Amino acid sequence: MDILQILLSESFWAASLRIATPLIFGVLGALICEKSGVLNLGIEGIFVAGAMTGWLAVWLGAGLWGGVLVAALAGGFFGLIHAVLTVPLGLSQHVSGLGVTLFATSVSYFSYRTALPTVTSPPRIEPFRPLDMPFLSDLPFFGPVLFQQTALTWLALFMVGLVWYVLNRTALGIAIKAVGDNPNSIDAQGLSVYALRTGAVVAGSALMALGGAFLTMSAFDAFFFGMVNGRGWVCIALVIFASWRPGKALLGALLFGAFDALQVRLQTEVGALVPSQVFLAAPYVLSIFALVIAARSADYPRALLTPWFKGQR
Amino acid sequence: MNSQKILALNGLSKTFGSVIANHNVSLDLYRGEVLALLGENGAGKTTLMNMIFGHYMPDSGSVDIEDTSGAFVPLSLGHPQAAIAAGIGMVHQHFTLAENLDALDNIMLGAERLNRLRRNKAAARGKVKDIMKESGLSAPLTVPVGQLTVGERQRVEILKALYRDVKILVLDEPTAVLTPQEADTLFGNIGKMTKNGLSVIFISHKLREVLAFSHRIAVLRHGAKVGEIATSQADERKIARMMVGSETEEHTRKLMPPGKPILCFEKVSVSGRSRRESLECIDLAVNECEILGIAGVSGNGQTALAGLISGMLRPNTGNIFVDGVAVKDVRPSVMVDAGVGRIPEDRHRDGIVGTMSVAENMIIECLDDQAVQRRGLLKWDTIQAQAEKMTVKYDVRGPGIEAPAQLLSGGNIQKLILARVFEAKPKLILANQPTRGLDMGAAADVAKRLLEARARGAGVVLISEDLDEILSLSDRIMVMNDGELTLAKTRDRAELGLLMAGDAE
Repeated sequence: MDILQILLSESFWAASLRIATPLIFGVLGALICEKSGVLNLGIEGIFVAGAMTGWLAVWLGAGLWGGVLVAALAGGFFGLIHAVLTVPLGLSQHVSGLGVTLFATSVSYFSYRTALPTVTSPPRIEPFRPLDMPFLSDLPFFGPVLFQQTALTWLALFMVGLVWYVLNRTALGIAIKAVGDNPNSIDAQGLSVYALRTGAVVAGSALMALGGAFLTMSAFDAFFFGMVNGRGWVCIALVIFASWRPGKALLGALLFGAFDALQVRLQTEVGALVPSQVFLAAPYVLSIFALVIAARSADYPRALLTPWFKGQR
Repeated sequence: MNSQKILALNGLSKTFGSVIANHNVSLDLYRGEVLALLGENGAGKTTLMNMIFGHYMPDSGSVDIEDTSGAFVPLSLGHPQAAIAAGIGMVHQHFTLAENLDALDNIMLGAERLNRLRRNKAAARGKVKDIMKESGLSAPLTVPVGQLTVGERQRVEILKALYRDVKILVLDEPTAVLTPQEADTLFGNIGKMTKNGLSVIFISHKLREVLAFSHRIAVLRHGAKVGEIATSQADERKIARMMVGSETEEHTRKLMPPGKPILCFEKVSVSGRSRRESLECIDLAVNECEILGIAGVSGNGQTALAGLISGMLRPNTGNIFVDGVAVKDVRPSVMVDAGVGRIPEDRHRDGIVGTMSVAENMIIECLDDQAVQRRGLLKWDTIQAQAEKMTVKYDVRGPGIEAPAQLLSGGNIQKLILARVFEAKPKLILANQPTRGLDMGAAADVAKRLLEARARGAGVVLISEDLDEILSLSDRIMVMNDGELTLAKTRDRAELGLLMAGDAE
């Protein structure tokens, strides 16, 4: 089987889309935060919190969608912490974001251990099933790739459209873009800079948490320590690659997913010749290259990282 | 004009740290009136207006405004939302525009509810078009504001305020970036709107337009109101005396024979992102002891010309000579080393590093100089002593040389830039809109310094939209229109105005 054969196989594309799903949620969430002018490095921890709380809620008896809601609320909560520290208080967004990541990760692990002090192997839940569409699932190629994904993947794809629509077609989206470019434009028109930025960070963080929830409730059926494994950081890079556009964010996430799916398959092909670590690193190395090329023309929100204080003009 | 009071400021005071911005200012505004607010830079005019609009919370005092039923009610201070709801609109001196959005989105910002899924852009566009027709102000609506010229952005700011159906319009130096004709049109239309009940407060430094278009003049000095006068009883000398406390002197331009060419452009072309940022086949020569005035409405290629002279832009074709030597590698540092001093158009963005101190900004262009550093280590004692001397010599007023430069008022930032540029004794000075937004005292200071440099033997390229300034300072005048430079054979205002509009002959 050569590379061409891999690229043409249904399972490769199905895997790419599956791997891309949490990244789509994460990139969209980070994009919303940054469009309003706030970098949210809490993303890695918020992924962990979403993964843990969503899974825990289902394990404690909530429905799957109940678990998704719990994960979103947990993400929103940690987003609110970041927003309070960086928006009205104007603290360093880098420091606060990293703090939120450490805090959210530790609290999640701690809660997991407190809830399940004695288990040795992680308890499993019944995860989201692939949505089996009558007829459509039987289509050649597209059937297996698209119509056997779980509901969360469809939700992620829907979110791409929704975020695009909100940012480009609604007054709220216009205001979010304005506050990320020049907060004075919002203040001078009688809108609240603090409310817009806080809202954007909370909403973006809730989306990020869904990326985590996908891991425990769709990709796997249990919660492990270290399972987020840098996906949040990848999203931060992908936002720049996407130049803060939802459509390009989807493309970037799919590209990363495809790299990752490819390296797994290449490992089995030529694994004997090349150390497996090279393949594991490949998606990240390729991401860096893609980023270097794309970031040159990236269209940064002008007020990104710049705190704004009322009454200081 | 009837005499119904609609706004009253009662004893407003505001301090920033140890600086008194306003002290016990009381002021009334009547329906249909145009009130001009005059004062030198740092006199507290903008602070006063920012308190009315809710950007600043006054330390003491109150504002009363007539509500829709005609009753007089106190205005809730500290909230722009309350000011807008009460019918106050404000056009800010520093643009409050989101550059990533187009003009229409900027105008609609805050006027539509945020919880709606759909926007009615068509209706908004129609309303804006009507306002444009009514006010005579036009700007491209669909291009991102970041690509508009300073003049166009200013017009968007005014349109934004008019869009909110205001009954009191506050204009903070609205005409600083407009041509005389545009300014006249604006005030003509403001006059029309005041007949329908609009009241206007405007801050301006141009006595001509204050005298021509206001009904009443209030003068601030050092944060306090020093006088009010009906415009019909005022003349230039009278209000100038109120503003500065003494009479200002006119500068005189002695005739001087020009020396050898100091800057030459030979068929220089540059292509920017749009036509307005491009120049095609420009020839130009500036001699020693000569001020070349470049007149024209902004957005006709001045930015590209200034970019070339300052080294920020590289020509696509053609040659640039400084002091007879061809500059092959056009870069800012090369131009500075060749003896070009630059006074940039946007002094806040390109002239200073706002977060660095006044002293640091003074030396930022001569860091290689042995006078300020030895083996890479800065000589702080020398730098500070020098900065103290310069702030006195160039009358830079502010919280001190250690304070961040962004805390200075616009006029004092310009004086800081003048100090930096003129102390280096450049052979050629590029002065791009050097008096935009400055009060009379500061503008006269700029003119005096430019004439001093000319007397010393420097060549000056003066780019300005203020035709009076061009006429009073320039030895020769060129007019810029649509990327082309024409040598003006006349000094007649009307004919120059026609050339600026591209209607020659």
